[in-house]
Formats: sequence, C-alpha cells, structure tokens
Amino acid sequence: MSQSTPTREVARRVFASEFNDAGYTFKESDDERAPVYLLLPTGESANRVFFVGTLTEKEDVGEDSEYWRGRIVDPTGTFFVYAGQYQPEAASKLRDLEPPAYVAVVGKPRTYETDDGTVRVSVRPESITEVDASVRDRWVAETAQRTIERVAAFDDEGNEYARMAREEYDLDPETYKAAALSALEDLDETDELAGDGVATEGGVSDGATGDATGSDDAALDDDAEVPDAAGL
Amino acid sequence: MSELRQEAEAIAEQFSDHLEVGPDEIEERLENLVNEYRVPLEEARRSVTNSYLDDAGMERDELGRGGTEQVRVNDIDEDERWVDLRVKLVDLWEPRSDSISQVGLVGDESGTIKFVAFETSDLPELEEGKAYELSNVVTDEYEGSYSVKLNRTTGITEIDEEIEVGDNAETVEGALVDIQSGSGLIKRCPEEDCTRVLQNGRCSEHGQVEGEFDLRIKGVLDDGETVTEVIFDREATEELTGMGLEEAKDMAMDALDTTVVAEEMAEDVLGRYYRVTGPTFGRYVLVDEMEEPGAVDVESALIEARSI
Repeated sequence: MSQSTPTREVARRVFASEFNDAGYTFKESDDERAPVYLLLPTGESANRVFFVGTLTEKEDVGEDSEYWRGRIVDPTGTFFVYAGQYQPEAASKLRDLEPPAYVAVVGKPRTYETDDGTVRVSVRPESITEVDASVRDRWVAETAQRTIERVAAFDDEGNEYARMAREEYDLDPETYKAAALSALEDLDETDELAGDGVATEGGVSDGATGDATGSDDAALDDDAEVPDAAGL
Repeated sequence: MSELRQEAEAIAEQFSDHLEVGPDEIEERLENLVNEYRVPLEEARRSVTNSYLDDAGMERDELGRGGTEQVRVNDIDEDERWVDLRVKLVDLWEPRSDSISQVGLVGDESGTIKFVAFETSDLPELEEGKAYELSNVVTDEYEGSYSVKLNRTTGITEIDEEIEVGDNAETVEGALVDIQSGSGLIKRCPEEDCTRVLQNGRCSEHGQVEGEFDLRIKGVLDDGETVTEVIFDREATEELTGMGLEEAKDMAMDALDTTVVAEEMAEDVLGRYYRVTGPTFGRYVLVDEMEEPGAVDVESALIEARSI
C-alpha cells in the first residue's frame, strides 16, 4: 500500500521455499535510486525480509577479503545469506557464531543469475542476532499466518502483485499455503514433545526462570529440527 | 485540499441524501463564481447551495450535515475524512500565519489532536478548558501525523461536560528489526528545558555544551505489514536491556567509545518480538509498558490458519 510520506520498508515474512522461488525483481519508479522489490510468488513485494532459522553452516567464501556465506534453515528450506566488508557487523557475527544456532536476520533480498540462466535468491543481512527457540517458533507461526493470508488474497480483485506474480511465475500459490500449514503442524508436534507446561504457559517472558525454560526448549527443538531440515 | 474543494465536498456531503451531485461539479460552479465573477466565497457557497435546495425542493433548515460520524481523535487515521468530535480544548498555540485564526490541541478520552481554524471561516472563538461538540470538521495528514481543520460548515456547540483527556496510548507488537542512530549511551543538552540530544557534543539550539549522559533506544517494531518507530527512555531501556546508566558509562569508558553500548544492546534485543504500549508523539510511540509475548500458542495459530 502506498503512503504519502517516505517510510521505512516493511520486513516481509516469507518461508525459504517461497523466497527461493522468487526470481523476479522490479522497481516502482524510473528513478535510478528507487528501491528494488522482490516479487513473492504469493503476490507481495518485498524490499526487506525478517526471518528466524537455524544457522547450520558458515563459510568464508571470499577470495581477497572476507566474504561469509551462511546457510539458515527454516521448516521449508534454506536461506542463503552473504555478508562481506560492506556489512561488517553481520560479517563479524557470522565469523563468531558456532552452528547450529538459532538466528534472527533482517536483510535485503538479492538475486543473481548463474551461467546456466537460473536465478538464485539470497539475503544481504542488515543484522544477525542469536535468539532462542521461542523466537523461532513465534516467527514460524507468524510467517505461516502471513503466507496463508497472502494466498487467500491472491485472487482478490485489484491485487496488483498477485497479477504480477501470475504473469512472471508459473507457480501455484497453494503449494506455499500447504507448506505453511505443515510448518505450523510440525510446530504443534514439537510443542507436544516439549510438554504442555513449557511451551504453552507463556512463562518465558522475564528473568531467570525464563532463561531456564528457554534453554530446555531449545534442546528439545534441536532434536526435532533434524527431520525438518532433511530432504533439502 | 484547496478551500474551494473543501467547500465543494461539504456541500456535496450535505446533499448526499437528496441529490445526485458530486464535489467535482460543485467545485466547478464555485470556481466559476469565485474566479470568473469575483464573487466572495461565502456568497458563492450560498448561491450554489440555494440552487441545489431549489433542485431538491427543500428548505434550508432541512439540510442535514451529511454523512459525518462522531469519532474519537485517536481513531483518526485517514486523510480528508469528514467527522464530528466531542472534545475539550486543551491548548491554544500562537498562529504562525495570518490566515489562521486559531490553532492548538483538542482532546477526548482517547487522546489529543491538533486543530486549525482559518480566518476565512468566520467561526466563533474557542476557549481553552471548555468542551465542545464540533460537527463537520475535516481530517488532514502531514508526515504520518493527523490534524483536523475547522471550516465554514463546522458546527460548534459548547457543552457543559468534563472531558477526561487521554494520552493517545497505543499498543504495537512486532519484531524489533532495527536500532536507529542516536540510541544507546547519548548526551543531552543540560540547558534548562532543553533536552536535545547532542551531535558531536553540540546542541542544535545552544551550541557546544557539556552534555549529560542518558540512555535511550530508538527502535523499529515490524509485524510484516506495518512498521512503527518506538522510543524507549532510560527507564524503559534499562528494563529492556538490563543495562543501567553507570554500567553503560563504564562500558563506554573501557572501550573509549560510546557506540559500543548500542551495539551491546542490539545483541540482546534485535530480532526479538515485543509488545509495547505508550502515548504517541508524532510518528513515535513512547514506551511506557512492554512485554515479550513469550511462547507462541501453536494450537490457536493452527485454528486461525485453517480458518483463513
């Protein structure tokens, strides 16, 4: 939705499987410095994303200077983040982090075309912070909801980005809805594994007790995370 | 919106239940009278209204106010809406232009909003501390902040009621996606009544001063649909980060650099979800209360997702 005053770009919530399918970028104006948007296949524009997942691998792939690549896994796939000398804070964070770790990333979508013509989508991080399992779970639930909402609005009249997605992609938005639902269902199972008290009581909000339950949670989630990440 | 346009829309609104007539047509007629025939706007409005009254076979006093509704000031979130308010005049300011007769703040239980009345509207003067019903005022937006404009068609009725004025409190929830510059350990101007944040030891009003340390976080909460800028003052920052002013000063002293404080804070708060409540100030929410939403309720998230 356009606003009369220049405002900060919102950080879209999107799962890795949908994000990686989004190869088309566009601008809303001819201005050279106009923001670039990634077109999400569910019919939304994304100039920024926020996601939380498990950092499973990191590697310095730079030749002359440090250039870190991180693989960050969510219930549907893998985000690739790249940080070099122009993202010093994110780069040093990737250098210091020991996988596996839950991380929250705010960043900008980037696309590049490989020699064989496939478009790869990655994230240039603005910030990376280590978080706990409760933040990851909240992000999965939130992203599932946002995704399903986008799919529900896909056939709405006047949904400009859905129209664009129909033109630019040959992708069925229902697949992303199915992926979102199954991500939520997995979360539900993890919940039951963790035992009712811990995950649903909402006692993680403050202080020392929160820390204790939080790490318990993380340990259990870690185990459950492996089958999630398989098959990617 | 031009004054002509404003008048035209007010007239269209008044006739909306009686005639098929749009603001464009009315504006054209007003414009013709005012610009071509040099008729004063007041007279033009009268003449145009009268001709529509004739068309509709109505008497002047049958005219309703049109489709305006009474709203709370803190619920105003749209430009160019015609609304009615029940408010107390909280504060009058010095008009900065000769065309403005009165400017200030009005408020109701939900909060306060700026109002402007123009000389050309010939309205009775409002008095500070008194309560009024204002009908047919129009909303205005500037850089995300809303105000209301009184106009010639505005009805002003003084009411004998005490209105408890609220503080525009809002609750926002989202992930903290950014900490902006001017956060962490900052210095404020020590001059009386000046609390400006210093840039390189300088106050934009008082120049080079010996600043006083303070803590603050200017952050951005983002729920994937909208972004809200939030300010944590010293107390809220301490609650959020667990870091006090002395600790922050020591940390900056050790590093010979104040920016380490904001970096350290970012580690602990960026990428987490928060729900905050507090009064709005321009585009900012000043954090009074905050909580971390804690563990997500997957069960209800699933039910909601399946219902969409």
